Amino acid sequence: MSAEWAIVLTAVLTAAACALVGTFLVLRQMALLGDAISHAVLPGIAVAFLLTGRLNSLPMLLGAGAVGLVTVALIEALYRTRRVAADSAIGVVFPALFALGVLLITTQAGRVHLDAECVLYGEIAFVPFNRLVWGGTDLGPRALWVLGAVTLLNAALVTLCWKELKVGTFDPTLAAALGLAPGLVHYLLMGAVSVTTVAAFESVGAILVVALLIVPAATAHLLTERLGRMVVLAVAAGGLAAVGGYGLARVWDASVAGCMALAAGVLFAGAWLLAPRQGVLARRLEHARRVRQLAGDLLLTHLAAADECPPGVPAVAAHFRWRARRTRRLLDELAARNLVARGPDNLLRLTAAGRQRVADFQDRRGQRHSGNGGDPTERPAAGC
Amino acid sequence: MKPVPQMPAQTVAPPTATSGPTASPPAVEVHDLTVAYHTQPVLWDVDFALPPGRLVAVIGPNGAGKSTLLKAILGLVPLTAGWVEIFGRPPREQRARIGYVPQRESVDWDFPTDALDVVLMGLYGRLGWFRRPGRRERERALNALAQVGMAAFARRQIGQLSGGQQQRVFLARALVQDAALYFMDEPFAGVDAATERTIAGLLRELRSAGKTVVAVHHDLQTVREYFDWVVLLNLRLVAAGPVEQVFTPENLHTTYGGRLPVLTQAAETRLRRGTGSD
Repeated sequence: MSAEWAIVLTAVLTAAACALVGTFLVLRQMALLGDAISHAVLPGIAVAFLLTGRLNSLPMLLGAGAVGLVTVALIEALYRTRRVAADSAIGVVFPALFALGVLLITTQAGRVHLDAECVLYGEIAFVPFNRLVWGGTDLGPRALWVLGAVTLLNAALVTLCWKELKVGTFDPTLAAALGLAPGLVHYLLMGAVSVTTVAAFESVGAILVVALLIVPAATAHLLTERLGRMVVLAVAAGGLAAVGGYGLARVWDASVAGCMALAAGVLFAGAWLLAPRQGVLARRLEHARRVRQLAGDLLLTHLAAADECPPGVPAVAAHFRWRARRTRRLLDELAARNLVARGPDNLLRLTAAGRQRVADFQDRRGQRHSGNGGDPTERPAAGC
Repeated sequence: MKPVPQMPAQTVAPPTATSGPTASPPAVEVHDLTVAYHTQPVLWDVDFALPPGRLVAVIGPNGAGKSTLLKAILGLVPLTAGWVEIFGRPPREQRARIGYVPQRESVDWDFPTDALDVVLMGLYGRLGWFRRPGRRERERALNALAQVGMAAFARRQIGQLSGGQQQRVFLARALVQDAALYFMDEPFAGVDAATERTIAGLLRELRSAGKTVVAVHHDLQTVREYFDWVVLLNLRLVAAGPVEQVFTPENLHTTYGGRLPVLTQAAETRLRRGTGSD
């Protein structure tokens, strides 16, 4: 396998492993906790590296995974005393552990080859040089094996505990009442997040891993209304960001991790803007359509009330305080739908279809011609 | 926190005439229950027993501990003192016989799932770990949705349902649990008239099927119409018993202090005039 392929594959596996657990972080509204874990595992990484002299060894995964769980437990214990709010508890715990890790690495930097920059930002370009050798045989880059294993582990967790994760995320109280131990599932998920973070840090670093945990999952959340599809789309978005990011890094000769995070951000921005139902654009259009429909119904109701002395366009515009252009456009649309007719005297009258529409509209509002003069739409127009 | 008016709790013994020859255990027995979050007690020495087959309203002002009482009975919050039994056994052993309908605001309705899937969650406990729901479970969930008039919305994402429809989905989820005892946290809160009728009808059906329902309820006007037992709560138990015996102006005053809203005061005057003993 060429070095380049090894790097791309590592990046894709990193993104996939992150997206699998990230989906549940996003749905549990725990994005910040993912960020905290990814930083707080640093002392675990540092100690394991000092002891074994290796990146991505099994002790490193386990040690850092344990530190991740300790982080979650510390945050929850601190929060439970109610002396600080939940977000402050996170903000107190993880910088302390992160700082400990940074201090460990910088003071021991002379003894071992592990520099702070690499830990913080990752250096995926070194991946092909760190080989896994078993009984004298070279099995390929070590990171590839580790990330492959972690991706499988996460996939197994999500598949096996699918309904437990789902109900524990959507309604933890029900999960507890059903005896499905949401607390245990929560810690399983957090353990998986910790291990994933540690496995991923070599390729993307401790800071940017949160981009892969959260951004692809947030993107997928905008694109679907099914949990299964959200997981698949999150993995796909992560993979796309990994490949795209690597391509960008080649073109610009820039940090691979930075480019991957950028690509993930671009994908998110696209979904945020253009998602078919939940995108900003779709929402705006839908809102405008509803406002136009309501304005049309109000106008028709007004005309129905003013049946005896039909108003002209300026009177209608003045009544609703609408600009002339908007009033004309709305009337053109209603005329095109054959709800309003403009007589030879240039006055506006309802058609039979228009009268029917008003009746339906009032039925829906549950106040069919009650005859109370309070409704502004029922006042006859002025100037008649 | 304001001192609560001291008054001996008035409990009415379950009517022995209606229960069978062998005294079956109460559906819910709460004994000297105290729950405290940190130092503040939120439930203080609460003690009552509910007979099976009744529709029970738990009423009291905001912060009276109604939701906490439900959670304590379900074993979801630690008890500071006292004990709870469901059909004569600890709640932990009775999970399969208990259905729970949480407050609507307690979940994220943007969650990527549909009505059918939410109802299926009611069967997760029965399935046990790792097993996924199959066709039989799906059929049961669809039946439950039909029972609350929501069959047409089975595949609708839950955030696109109205408040009343969301509440009905929660009820359908409780129905598939096929429990003997249901706990509902404000099932009537913020629902439309059609949903209110559906829920009231459902409660009556549950009762005729021999089920017990314990619901936190806010609307004092409808207590007589929808329920036959009532638990009046304000940190302490004020009274627990059949509606006609304990849903009295005096007990309401003790429960709510001087803070009865205008509308309920109107209802209370109606009560005073001695209308309606259903």
